[in-house]
Amino acid sequence: MTTTNSSNVVLDINNLVVGLGRKADAHRIIDDLSLQVHEGETLCLVGESGSGKSVTSLTVMGLQQKGTLVPSGGSVKLVGEELLTATDRRLRQLRATRMAMIFQEPMTALNPVVPVGRQIDEVLRAHTDLDSRARRQKILAMMEHVRLPDVERIFSSYPHRLSGGQRQRIMIAMALVLEPKLLIADEPTTALDVTTQKQILTLIRDLQRDHGTAVLFITHDMGVVAEIADRVAVMRHGRLVEAGPLQDVLRTPKMDYTRNLLSSVPSLVPRAPRPETSEPVVLEANELSKIYRERSLYGKAREVAAASNVTLTLRKGRTLGIVGESGSGKSTVARCIVRLIDPTSGGVRLAGREISDLSRRLLQPHRQKIQIIFQDPYRSLNPRVTVGESIAEGPINYGMPRKDALARARELLELVHLPPDAISRYPHQFSGGQRQRIAIARALALDPDVLVADEAVSALDVSVQAQVLDLLDEIQRRLGIALLFITHDLRVAAQICDDVAVMQRGRVVEQGPAAEVLTNPQQAYTRALLDAAPGRGWDFANFRPVSEGIVATA
Amino acid sequence: MAIDTLPESSLPVTRPFRVKFGFLTSTPIIAVATVCLVLIILMAIFAPLLAPHDPLLLTPAQRLKPSSAQYLLGTDAYGRDLLSRIIYGARISLVIGLGAAVCSIGVGLLIGLVAGFFRWVDAVMMRVMDGLMAIPAILLAIAVVSLSGASIWTVMIAITIPEIPRVARLVRSVVLTAREEPYVEAAISLGSSLPKIMWRHLMPNTIAPLIVQGTYVCASAILTEAILSFLGAGISPETPTWGNIMAEGRAYFQVKPSLIFWPGLLLSIAILSVNLIGDAARDALDPRMKQREGK
Amino acid sequence: MLGYLLRRILAAIPVMGVVALFVFLLLRLTPGDPAAILAGDNATPEQLDRIRTSLGLNEPIYIQFYTWVAKLLHGDLGVSLISNKPILEMIGPRLEPSIAVALATITLSILVAVPLGVIAAWKHGTWIDRFVMGLSVLGFSVPVFVIGYVLIQFFAIDLRWVPVQGYKSIMSACAKAPPNSLSTLQAAACVRDSFGPFFERLILPTCTLSFIYVALIARMTRASMLDVLGEDYVRTARAKGIGETGVLLRHALRNAAVPVITVIGSGFALLISGVVVTESVFNLPGIGRLTVDAVLARDYPVIQAMILLTSGIYVGVNLLIDVAYTLLDPRIRY
Repeated sequence: MTTTNSSNVVLDINNLVVGLGRKADAHRIIDDLSLQVHEGETLCLVGESGSGKSVTSLTVMGLQQKGTLVPSGGSVKLVGEELLTATDRRLRQLRATRMAMIFQEPMTALNPVVPVGRQIDEVLRAHTDLDSRARRQKILAMMEHVRLPDVERIFSSYPHRLSGGQRQRIMIAMALVLEPKLLIADEPTTALDVTTQKQILTLIRDLQRDHGTAVLFITHDMGVVAEIADRVAVMRHGRLVEAGPLQDVLRTPKMDYTRNLLSSVPSLVPRAPRPETSEPVVLEANELSKIYRERSLYGKAREVAAASNVTLTLRKGRTLGIVGESGSGKSTVARCIVRLIDPTSGGVRLAGREISDLSRRLLQPHRQKIQIIFQDPYRSLNPRVTVGESIAEGPINYGMPRKDALARARELLELVHLPPDAISRYPHQFSGGQRQRIAIARALALDPDVLVADEAVSALDVSVQAQVLDLLDEIQRRLGIALLFITHDLRVAAQICDDVAVMQRGRVVEQGPAAEVLTNPQQAYTRALLDAAPGRGWDFANFRPVSEGIVATA
Repeated sequence: MAIDTLPESSLPVTRPFRVKFGFLTSTPIIAVATVCLVLIILMAIFAPLLAPHDPLLLTPAQRLKPSSAQYLLGTDAYGRDLLSRIIYGARISLVIGLGAAVCSIGVGLLIGLVAGFFRWVDAVMMRVMDGLMAIPAILLAIAVVSLSGASIWTVMIAITIPEIPRVARLVRSVVLTAREEPYVEAAISLGSSLPKIMWRHLMPNTIAPLIVQGTYVCASAILTEAILSFLGAGISPETPTWGNIMAEGRAYFQVKPSLIFWPGLLLSIAILSVNLIGDAARDALDPRMKQREGK
Repeated sequence: MLGYLLRRILAAIPVMGVVALFVFLLLRLTPGDPAAILAGDNATPEQLDRIRTSLGLNEPIYIQFYTWVAKLLHGDLGVSLISNKPILEMIGPRLEPSIAVALATITLSILVAVPLGVIAAWKHGTWIDRFVMGLSVLGFSVPVFVIGYVLIQFFAIDLRWVPVQGYKSIMSACAKAPPNSLSTLQAAACVRDSFGPFFERLILPTCTLSFIYVALIARMTRASMLDVLGEDYVRTARAKGIGETGVLLRHALRNAAVPVITVIGSGFALLISGVVVTESVFNLPGIGRLTVDAVLARDYPVIQAMILLTSGIYVGVNLLIDVAYTLLDPRIRY
């Protein structure tokens, strides 16, 4: 499949430069980028946020923001035809017929007020002379081809009636209905759950094999790369770092940046278990349930159990992970435990004291023992309050004099490896990873027994993610704090958790030591989750497949 | 790998979102609007010095005179000097505009904050606000004025009441969005008290939209006052207000149209300036507000 | 769908309740004797007594409210203090001019404003955009009556294209015949004959009133289109290779429509206020003039009725708009 014969190059990018604005000295978003994608081949374009990988794909399609992102040099050729100088009219003709694109967010990429069948139909009406019956037949055939069930019904459905996976299948059907030579997929599975992701990846693979399409696949996820790529190109700051066949890049990366990127990917193989401890239990959840009632004026109230009968135990100095797909109720449990929402039934014991039924006022003294870190580092700090004031807010609430609280904030900034002068700055002056450190410092300011991390590293790039995970580990060792770690990412869970609880539809389906649950799952659902984890055969940090590692250590 | 890059420590410590007034000169049009508004304000303050005649002085012999050296813009039907009346008229318009803006924002902010935070108050208050919004502003205002007699205070109250629901809804929507923010939830788990959360984390979000809304209320209040006077339901007719001058000019419109055009022009310039400054303030302070452009 | 409608209708009830309560309390909470306020300074004791009995001011306040609301629900809006005629009868003949101006204004405004807003958003940042935005600020800022007089001066006095003021009914050609005596055919002929005079007197008021409404709708259309044009599905539509017109109209405008019709609804209050002023400027014998005359004469029952009526119309229009949502956006159903 990886024949690098120049005769069948589909997409040929040479020395592409894309600047921010029209000026000659404009900042270069893409700088001297050269890539080729061949017929029947998948090229994975990998990079962290801001590396310019999405700009590259939009520039190929001619969909970049006009006037803001200006291609100022190099060439982009599609089957020999120059795209950068093509007229708008010609570009429109080429879209969907020669090149097509699918996007990251299936939730927003489809027009919400038009039935999905008609949205596919538009492609045919714009580019073919088929009559309406022929078009309909072709669309239904294509929808079956992307393995949608009940195509007649889905044809006339509106997007909001379909699941994320189904919508992404519609997008794929729309993109491939005219059999383009090139398919650009911009993070097409990032917004999907792992099990759906696996299905979509398989689908793209199979369709490509059947039609010989060239695929430019953009992703930040090394696991996905290992699943789908024939060749890999790594980008950073708009430049190509290195490119090569999948095996070469994963086994023998030539550049330091690639090595670092790979070694930051957490392994799915759980870390060596820490010895069991007999430290006191600091947090217990007993049969915790949260039921949402959707009341309507007429008819019956509908009940949705976001969490039901969740029982968890966490000891001092240990880390308990709650893993599950979106909508499994893991965040609901976290928020009930911190009492940001009130559980419907069941109990939460914090250091032996029941807190689930305390009123807001009586809860006040207990709040300081349990603190939470949120997912989005850009929204978890008040943009109008200095970092120091943010960190000092908790201690001041519990009676510490302002001066002492600010002094403590300085110490904490040092603890999370930020310079003490960060204290008088505002959040917008920090990067995502730094803000997450500040959020950790703020949570630690009250000396909590338990720290709840709700998807705390999910929004971060993989190298930053690794640093924050290291920091959490270090803090736990130094302060003996207990950590409740909520994540959808099994790799992260494998590297940080002592124990794991797997949740599905509001229930805990399996619970136990991480090493047991993640290597020898007893429940079908856990097995399915592990099976679907992309790139599970690869041990990226050690530049080899997992199977070779087992042989080596045996 | 090193910690992700830190900002240079030489970087100035900037305060984000502090209200800056640089936008007042951001484009030539805004600058002109600012200058116009300042001139009108100065005209109102120094009216006694600027006006060539007593605006209330009746000289029946000089009825409906055209422009002359003595009467620059001529006289009205009672022989009063039109220019002097227009200069004094700026006072009422500005006082009412400013007063209505301050009052409606004060009351609306209070209602909005409380409604945004307490569910049961919210249900009741928002129904009341819906009801008030259903009454056309002019009708509500003339009903209030016609009952309680026309003074500058009743006119101001009459104009303020219909503006309150808009401000309250704006504040409420800002509070409702802001309280979902993780930093507000973080403050809750840090044990911050409710007043502290409101003051420190929610209130600041409302300042920029309120400044913008305040300018719109001001413009609309000046407009409503003129309409009330024009319909004969405003401040007593002998008081020089732009609306009153035009109301009196209606009967003589075909004879002397300048009785309507001059005050109309000034009124339009005043409102236009305030509106333009409002738009500029919105673009500068609160880009998100472009989306909810309910005026 | 039915449930959604029912919910919307039920939600309108408390709104009208608040309006009724407000209108009722306004007179009672004004400091001083309500009867004296209404009668004016030179009233005789007999006049005061007559007002008190007429409004039931001698009863306890909650009974007053109860009887008033009960009458309202039976369609009894009360009796004018000045003419002693039932208010409903006073309103009837006044409806035609007001409805004619309002309908013409809405139609004209939407036809002008929506294309303006779409083009401004599409050509975002160009002179066309700035022109449309400038026009809309102007529309907000120049008072309705100033626009009215400028148009009169120019088109009626200087150019003499249209009459200065006044109104001719659409049935004016057979005004002497009792309305119910005409057959359908006769009525049609009558409308045909009187349409010319009717229409030429409608042009200036409609243009005057449209100014502010065009400003409102164009501004919202532009803002809403700008939001939508940044959406992912617009990018998807472009990636399909369909033309700009298709992208703008089929994909963007339909999604931008909900905020636009919302503002058409909430702007209806502005329109009603505008009708009141416009009728004064152009001497149209509509409900706006009726209201202003009632205010000048302190005919409070009429003022009360007019506020209730216009608020009712506003609530009704917004109810219709809620229904329109369900047609435009499949997600809002149920």
